[in-house]
Amino acid sequence: MNLETFKFDIDADGIATATFDVPGRSMNTLTAKAVADLGAIADEVGANAAIKGLVITSGKSSGFCAGADLGELGGGGFGGGSRSGSAEEQLKAAFDGAFALNKILRNLETCKKPVAAAINGLALGGGLEVVLACHYRIAANDNPKLQLGLPEAKVGLMPGGGGTQRLPRLIGAQAAAPFLLQGESMTAEQAKSLGVVSELAPTAELVAKAKAWLKANPTAKAPWDDARFKIPGGAPNSQQGGTVFTFGAAMLAKQTWGNYPAQKHILSAVYEGLSVPIDAGLRIESRYFVKTLMTPEAKGMIRSLFLSMQELGKGASRPQGYPAFEIKKAVVVGAGLMGAGIAYVQAKAGIPTVLLDVSQESADKGKAYSQRIVDKDVSRGKLSKEKGDALIALITPSTDYSLVKGADIVVEAVFENVELKAKVTAQIEEHLGETAVMGTNTSTLPITGLAKASKRPANFIGIHFFSPVERMGLVEIIRGKETSEETLAKTMDYVLKIRKTPVAVNDHRGFYTSRVFGTYPEEGMTMLSEGIAPAIIENIGRMAGMPMGPLEVSDSVGIDTMLKIGRESAKVAGKSYEQNPVGDLVAWVVEAQGRVGRKAGKGFYDYDDKGKPSRLYPDIAKKIDIKIKECPPALKAELTKRLLFRQCVEVARCFEEGVITDARDADIGSILAWGFAPYSGGVCSFMDMKIGIKTFVEECDRLAETYGERFRPNALLRDMAARGQTFYGRFGPKDQKPAAA
Amino acid sequence: MAEAYIYDAVRTPRGKGKSSGSLHEITSLQLATQALRAIKERNNLDTSKVDDVILGCVTPIGEQGSDIARIAVLNADYSETTAGVQVDRFCASGLEACNIAAAKVMTGEADMAIGGGVEAMSRVPMGSNGGAWATNPEIAMKSYFAPQGIGADLIATKYGFSRDDVDAFAVESQKRAAKAWKEGRFAKSVIPVKDQLGVTILAHDETVRGDTTMQTLAALNASFEQMGTMAFDDVVKQRYPEIEKINHVHHAGNSSGIVDGASAVLIGTKEMGEALGLKARARIKGFASIGSEPSIMLTGPSLVTEKLLKKLGMTPEDIDLYELNEAFASVVLRMMQALNIPHEKMNVNGGAIAMGHPLGATGGMILGTMLDELERSDKETGLITLCVGAGMGTATVIERV
Repeated sequence: MNLETFKFDIDADGIATATFDVPGRSMNTLTAKAVADLGAIADEVGANAAIKGLVITSGKSSGFCAGADLGELGGGGFGGGSRSGSAEEQLKAAFDGAFALNKILRNLETCKKPVAAAINGLALGGGLEVVLACHYRIAANDNPKLQLGLPEAKVGLMPGGGGTQRLPRLIGAQAAAPFLLQGESMTAEQAKSLGVVSELAPTAELVAKAKAWLKANPTAKAPWDDARFKIPGGAPNSQQGGTVFTFGAAMLAKQTWGNYPAQKHILSAVYEGLSVPIDAGLRIESRYFVKTLMTPEAKGMIRSLFLSMQELGKGASRPQGYPAFEIKKAVVVGAGLMGAGIAYVQAKAGIPTVLLDVSQESADKGKAYSQRIVDKDVSRGKLSKEKGDALIALITPSTDYSLVKGADIVVEAVFENVELKAKVTAQIEEHLGETAVMGTNTSTLPITGLAKASKRPANFIGIHFFSPVERMGLVEIIRGKETSEETLAKTMDYVLKIRKTPVAVNDHRGFYTSRVFGTYPEEGMTMLSEGIAPAIIENIGRMAGMPMGPLEVSDSVGIDTMLKIGRESAKVAGKSYEQNPVGDLVAWVVEAQGRVGRKAGKGFYDYDDKGKPSRLYPDIAKKIDIKIKECPPALKAELTKRLLFRQCVEVARCFEEGVITDARDADIGSILAWGFAPYSGGVCSFMDMKIGIKTFVEECDRLAETYGERFRPNALLRDMAARGQTFYGRFGPKDQKPAAA
Repeated sequence: MAEAYIYDAVRTPRGKGKSSGSLHEITSLQLATQALRAIKERNNLDTSKVDDVILGCVTPIGEQGSDIARIAVLNADYSETTAGVQVDRFCASGLEACNIAAAKVMTGEADMAIGGGVEAMSRVPMGSNGGAWATNPEIAMKSYFAPQGIGADLIATKYGFSRDDVDAFAVESQKRAAKAWKEGRFAKSVIPVKDQLGVTILAHDETVRGDTTMQTLAALNASFEQMGTMAFDDVVKQRYPEIEKINHVHHAGNSSGIVDGASAVLIGTKEMGEALGLKARARIKGFASIGSEPSIMLTGPSLVTEKLLKKLGMTPEDIDLYELNEAFASVVLRMMQALNIPHEKMNVNGGAIAMGHPLGATGGMILGTMLDELERSDKETGLITLCVGAGMGTATVIERV
């Protein structure tokens, strides 16, 4: 055998040990070569009479195996199959490619020798599938990082190495569902109690114990290869099993609104596969695997949620040529909700943080915010008391601006008011060093304007955090006209240091995220002003894959805020906001009805004590003649289009105006900042793959004719359609592999 | 084409569909056998002239499996030349069986045929035959499958029927059924079920509760709220985004009861009826089945009625009496609302909320009920219909001769 990724030894008792150890990698992944090596091992163990059994383990302290190489998959590895031949031949080739792993693992399972897995650390995805194909599984009980799971569904994929077949055969479809459909993972103890592993032992004893089991069980075979085997919890067509699938499909519909093909295919693979022998089940799985990989959702999700997230998380768009920014001290000015959250994430990243506010009381209150989070984490065992105390000790609440001295970066997070921000900037810069970064946290105010208050506009930059800061993964970085490349590089380092994903944009009112996101509640309110029943609007929004309906978003933003902004913009344009039907509606809701939104417990919804929407405001019918009370499928499709396309056409404008320049930033920003239909992979992937630019342009023209010029495609989109371009083709990274588009 | 005439209709009483029900110890074969035997004996029928027996059965597995119609024919001592076939159109199977029998007569395939059905729900549980729709994610998700009770609650929500509305309907159904029994209005068709010794074990419908009031019903909890909240409300909302929140109003007291029973209807040509010395009681004027939106599932009756009446050149006003199976109260309320049918014309002797719904048998039962009532009240034309699983509807119009 010529193995690259496994070490292979046979001991004096004839027990072979295959030690998974991909050279040059810190973590084992199931690369194409690793799969081939496994195949050779299976053949050797089956054919070599001197071998009595096999232990598979890992040579990496980092774990057993993190799963398939998504880089290979996302690059179109085998999902796309051969590009030649008829459509059916291509599908057959794709199937053969996908089935290779199943075939190898099935060979291993039926090699007539017992095979045991000694699981020293995490085994995810393909890693767990290798383990499941072994006859015996023993896992380390002294490695807290050990996790077993099938996370494929999280990035739009499905398990393709027997996971959909063996896990439900082992523990039943119902118990397997959260792992298969939601990508949950289990600890060693959970795996033991579920029956996914048979034994727990200290890492050092794993291999010896596995060998002992092999010697005691020389004729092991998988339970499902026994003629008397019955599916735990019942086969799909049994009464008991039928109930599981009836509720399974309904729960899946509730959780995904049917937007995620991977989950549907997983459930189908389990349903169909459990009715037939495992060999047929594995073929069914591979067919659904290929089918999933060909969907725009899988392509978009792998690219954005996996590849781009990794790249941006490593600072892919950071300007080159500047040394790494070391942050020994950071200052946050303004200890409100935002400032307090920023102070927390800085302290969590180990950055000594000064938290300034006008009164000591306010500053202390800001620090108490961190204390609350830490206390909760400590009580849940997520954080040790010592680490929690150390984190809290890093935050110094104060009113003394002289503490700004020596800071590497300041993040000003006071109210969104130009005059106030100017005043505070001046106060900060009295003490701020010449090379320090002066960041301002704002969601809409143009940075170039704010920078006028700065002595060093080259060091001045927008750092847009999202609320709640400790939970939201994105930070939007806004370059003003005079912001230097060095300042951008430093700010990116800062954002990466606090473990957020940075997206860099150029200055414009609303920047990228607020500007595009704002179109969603606006379109929802436009629909309402047209007389479409609010329940329809809200349900369509959620079913389109948005985290909330557009009216609930309006309530969350604050309808009074929208009224204020709307009136200001109208004034600038020399118009009356109330002339516009949405403006008229918003003014009525706020001023005649006194319903300003969630913060007051009443807006387009009524809210309960916990701030959860309890019902839509029925008296809206006093203002709006609700004409559309039914929503047949054609209308559903049209309204879905309006809500999603409206956002996307605004994205295209942002590209044309240079507000945003990289398709990855646009996609990740749309998912992390406002939860744009994650199944699509983000706004650009949605236009590129789910719809197609040519169709998108045609549809936007039609929508513009029917609903207004806000849908009209810009010159950029028309040019792209004419040239057959995609956003990733035109604005994608130059070095990223195409995601098998 | 020949005309199809109804010569006779019988049904067993309906026994509570539980192990405590009176008919639980009687096999489904016996229920079907006794219905067929009654047809034979009451009409002194030369069964060699009966070409085919079509029986509806919705759970055709176990003792109801493998074409129970033909087996019941043999057990009822019919001529061995009489064929038998079991059909399944969910809740309308019994009416569909009669329509098929009529179609066979009209096309000349049969001169005399029997339609009807059998369902021993206490013995072969509803749903125990499985099926792809609910369990196979491929179709369940595509068509927004939800159990019928969710559809019934959705109808109530969408068309504005409150808990009081559906409960009031149920109270009236019980009242009407009790009164009809008291006045002997079912006497013509109901045949007592005999036990293994030939002793009567059940002679009346076992679930009628004429003393039901709004207060007694108010004590019952909504049956489908839990499963709705768990998942199915959101499933059907995908097809009906106009629904903000489903109002769960149905419970055991305003839904059809689970019962055991069988029915048989003798249908033939004019000529064969005369040759056998039978008197035609009604003519089958027309029949139809439709498909409609499956997730709400139970709005088929008004749609199939519209289709059938249009085909017959009739309007809802031309129908003297309606029988609509009371699967759930909202189903009947919706049909009355959609076609503007007064309650005085609808289910005048109560329905399945009071007397139960033995799935495959019900269609034949309510066809017989209609025939008896047209004769009793001396009216001409009646329409019989049922809502059907997966969004279908089946209807038949008969007129007295």
